Amino acid sequence: MSDHEYVPKSKFGKWFNDRLPLLTLGNHLADYPTPKNLNYWWTFGGILTFCLITQIVTGLTLAMHYIAHADLAFESVEHIMRDVNYGWLIRYIHSNGSSMFFLAVYIHIFRSLFYGSYKSPREIIWIIGIIIYLLMMAAAFMGYVLPWGQMSFWGATVITNLFSAIPFIGEGIVQWLWGGYSVDNPTLTRFFTLHYLIPFLILGLVVLHIWALHIPGNNNPVGIDIKKPSKDTVPFHPYIVIKDGFALLMFMIVFAFFVFYSPNILGHPDNYIEANPMVTPAHIVPEWYLLPFYAILRSIPDKLMGVVAMLSAILILAALPWLDKSKIRSAVFRPLYKQFYWILVADVIILGYVGAMPAEGLYLLVARVATAYYFIHFLIILPVLGFKEKTIPLPLSITEPVLEGPLSSSTIKKESLN
Amino acid sequence: MSEKKIKRREFLFTASYAVGVVGVGAVIWPLVDQMNPDASVKALASTEVDVSSVEPGKAITVLWRGKPVFIKRRTTEEIAEARAVKMDDLKDPQKDEDRAKDPEWLVMVGVCTHLGCVPLNDKGDYNGWFCPCHGSHYDTSGRIRKGPAPTNMEIPKYEFVNSNIIKIG
Repeated sequence: MSDHEYVPKSKFGKWFNDRLPLLTLGNHLADYPTPKNLNYWWTFGGILTFCLITQIVTGLTLAMHYIAHADLAFESVEHIMRDVNYGWLIRYIHSNGSSMFFLAVYIHIFRSLFYGSYKSPREIIWIIGIIIYLLMMAAAFMGYVLPWGQMSFWGATVITNLFSAIPFIGEGIVQWLWGGYSVDNPTLTRFFTLHYLIPFLILGLVVLHIWALHIPGNNNPVGIDIKKPSKDTVPFHPYIVIKDGFALLMFMIVFAFFVFYSPNILGHPDNYIEANPMVTPAHIVPEWYLLPFYAILRSIPDKLMGVVAMLSAILILAALPWLDKSKIRSAVFRPLYKQFYWILVADVIILGYVGAMPAEGLYLLVARVATAYYFIHFLIILPVLGFKEKTIPLPLSITEPVLEGPLSSSTIKKESLN
Repeated sequence: MSEKKIKRREFLFTASYAVGVVGVGAVIWPLVDQMNPDASVKALASTEVDVSSVEPGKAITVLWRGKPVFIKRRTTEEIAEARAVKMDDLKDPQKDEDRAKDPEWLVMVGVCTHLGCVPLNDKGDYNGWFCPCHGSHYDTSGRIRKGPAPTNMEIPKYEFVNSNIIKIG
């Protein structure tokens, strides 16, 4: 992407680079022209990479001590907590790491929604991101099953039973997933295998996600196309590296707070009771990051339709680049979209809250309204806004509103940015 | 002449693809089927239970195929209540007579047909079972009366070996 052909300085470097151009790739990454107005919401890509690496490293070390067997799994986790050197630390980083991973991914997704990063020409980046998000949910779910506590067992039972809603073949699919007639040892061993595999699939998709990003380059808070490189861009290194590094440091403080001061606050006490197929815990609640979808599942009184609604809620995101008809990317220039955006944020938080509450009375009513609104936002509000909304004029460049460009109209645009 | 050649080539392509698809399918099937219940799991498919110590109005829970099975010795009131229900009031219409061969004994898989939780005995609006997960209510015959579950609790295949022993499966 840089405007000059890169030549390594050392003789060995040149010899190597002629055979495998890794140094050219490194140079591309360092010089990569990045919009100079990127704010801190853009640092979560780097933070997410850190989260993935953390999960892989802690996961590999935990796998050296964990035993995937229905009779031994629960004890082996306690063994990790009590006997293995620093086992408690590694496990708490891994278990809280999944929550931190989802926290970061939700901020990353909502940043994309606010600044329209999913729009042309970045649809493929967005769709790869949605696939990564789906795989993250699968990995998190299966990882939660591995300690073989009560929540593990019953969470696995409820989620695998979602497939029984499929007409005719549902029952067969569920038995195939279980490898038996209920969640049992065969289920545990296959979940462990898949839990081990998925992070590496995610890693591969992350490479594609970044590759696809480097074709058009980053979107930016103003959401306009910029010339690269130009006075609107800065090289990735050192400018973005330092900024991402600082944000990562702040993020790690939050991460460390959970690991060292409240390592169990995001979990459920019931999971410290060993799995018992005869007794279901009184309140089955998934991990916090799945609650909005759980609320959607429960808000529909029909089993099959509940499952369909829950899956649609995720898959509808993949169609977002075509549902949002507005050509303007950034919500900064879309006064109406900006308001609906915040209503959607509130809607998802409300869904998360009612997902944690019992599905009855007022909670159920709120869940139904919030579910309906979620779909209305994507299927009705976004397409209609694309035609009806009166947007604010865009500046011609990132620099223009700051430096007062020569254009006569620039003063109006400047006001609109403030 | 040339047209004939093209036809032969197309045939060869189609035949090659067809053989290829069969080959790939033959390789994939064992990889898929290995996940189905294996021989050792299927071998444990039946259980015998001694029910001589169960008092009327009480229920026991036994494990069959990794799932709880409720064996309830029903009181005459409970039987009467189950048999008095009109078919129109049921979401999944089924006569109590068809669910309990011997009206005193109700044998059913204690798994909620919604998402697989274990319902609680003597709870709910219909004096039968109540599922704490998503709020399904079952009556004294284990039939769904209220809540998200689509069907009645399943009746497994079972038989009385003698007056004290029930064989499930």
